[in-house]
Amino acid sequence: MRGELIQVTYLAATALFVFALHWMNGPKTARRGVFAGVGAMSLGIVGTLLTPGLVNWGWITVAVALGFALGIPLSWVPLTAVPQRTALSHAFGGLAAGLVGTAKYYLWLSEGPENLTALRMSAIIAEIILGYLTFTGSLMAAGKLQEVKWIPQRPVTYPFQNASNLGLLGIAVVCGVALVFQPTQLSYLFPVIIVLSLAFGVLLIIPIGGADMPTVISLLNSYAGLSAVAMGFVLDNKLLVTAGALDGSSGLILSIIMCRAMNRSFTNVLFGAFGQVQQKKAAGEQKAVKQETSEGAAQAMEQASLVVIVPGYGLAVARAQQRVRELYDQLTRRGVDVKFAIHPVAGRMPGHMNVLLAEADIPYDRLVEMSEINHDMPQCDVCLVIGANDVVNPAARHDRTSPIFGMPIIDADKAKMCLAIKRTMNPGFAGIDNELYTADRTYMLFGDAKAVVGDLVKQLSGGSAMH
Amino acid sequence: MTGILPVLSASPGPAEAPAATELSTMLFVFMLASFIGLGVITRVSRLLHTPLMSLTNAISAIAVVGSIVITGADHPPIITILGAIALFASMVNIVSGFLITDRMLKMFKTGEPRK
Repeated sequence: MRGELIQVTYLAATALFVFALHWMNGPKTARRGVFAGVGAMSLGIVGTLLTPGLVNWGWITVAVALGFALGIPLSWVPLTAVPQRTALSHAFGGLAAGLVGTAKYYLWLSEGPENLTALRMSAIIAEIILGYLTFTGSLMAAGKLQEVKWIPQRPVTYPFQNASNLGLLGIAVVCGVALVFQPTQLSYLFPVIIVLSLAFGVLLIIPIGGADMPTVISLLNSYAGLSAVAMGFVLDNKLLVTAGALDGSSGLILSIIMCRAMNRSFTNVLFGAFGQVQQKKAAGEQKAVKQETSEGAAQAMEQASLVVIVPGYGLAVARAQQRVRELYDQLTRRGVDVKFAIHPVAGRMPGHMNVLLAEADIPYDRLVEMSEINHDMPQCDVCLVIGANDVVNPAARHDRTSPIFGMPIIDADKAKMCLAIKRTMNPGFAGIDNELYTADRTYMLFGDAKAVVGDLVKQLSGGSAMH
Repeated sequence: MTGILPVLSASPGPAEAPAATELSTMLFVFMLASFIGLGVITRVSRLLHTPLMSLTNAISAIAVVGSIVITGADHPPIITILGAIALFASMVNIVSGFLITDRMLKMFKTGEPRK
């Protein structure tokens, strides 16, 4: 009787989870999606609490209370820190899966080794490998994004890196296969697999740099979901399988979108280490860049009829969203059409720029995807690039030797005039020169994005007061 | 209750100690859920990819279900502690995941209502 009731709540929870994701298809219904998700999760939890044989209510209460105590403040992070928070929660998800798998194995080992069938053993192995590698991998990713001191930001590479990493994973898998056949006799292999998975997670992320973070975060998202699926197979629980599969497919789709947006393959992202790509061409004469004053830039924008702003990670670093909003207000007030061109991999996670600009109250119908905005670029009077680099580098279109060759870009160079805000002339993450900066129609505005945009706003508001 | 749910009551296996579901059934569930996921997610607006990820984050914390079972049942203390840590980690994801998703979604506005 109770078992049936539990299954009914699980069934309803699954349906609500599907609706939650369905409602995420547009901003108008998206919040309904969150409520559906909360409802689904509550049903799942209530259903599980009905499970017969639960006695440790004290432990459950304490763990849940502590979860709330940490979870609530974690949801207050500034939106520039959302990628870190996301990576951190992937780590928590992986940890939970790993621990449940570990607990279940030792429980069965001591209390009923006959339960360790080949099938369950395979599921446990999958669960702990995925769980623990997601745990350390995501912690590393979060550390890199938070710029924690002892975690190197730049990709770290060393000889035979991929071979040794895959070797580690291979050993873990071989140990796992051995355990499937001899779950009790070879039980000493279990901690070995845990350690290898933890180490593999760290080593997997070390060679990955900032620009690849959107893909890697999506991939870790997928792993966290798949480890929940494996847990479902271990515990014979369909709700875990369905919800985990929804999460797994979401992460998979996002990583595919990210890879396509960079014209790279999965293997290339995971094993290619962007940083180590050729360093040639460093010689060769530098074309001079032209500088523009904030006064001149403000004037050009004031007289434009269409201004396209291309935001990049630099905007997030400088926390310049509010200033950009003021610039948007100043220009719209003058009847200038202002649009924002969003590259899929701009920022450190999928959709990062959209959230930052929405936070600054910029209406979302002003945010235009790359494929749509590129049609408008030849009509664009001024294109303002704020903290974006590789996503506007024309070398991606024609320079076959460039590491970013083939990557779809926003055609900032096709605008009638391009203004680029940049701190210094240091090359971008990929370590390649950006032809855009030396193009005939490009003018540089050097300085911190927040300060420069603030100057532009000041020029514009000062000008309007005079007339 | 039995009257309302005749089909489910007729399902095999005693309710208190459910027999292991067949592997093929679980694989079917997994496959179909994945296809539904792929179908639904491809339709999500690119605008909302960050909230989508924090929402799926919260959803993948469904591991809470497994954690509760491990923590709550009468097991040796070490198992209970492992379960409690897993339960804590999942709860953090659920609470922060849903809250931050909603916080982000509240920020998405069209141009009209302002001014």
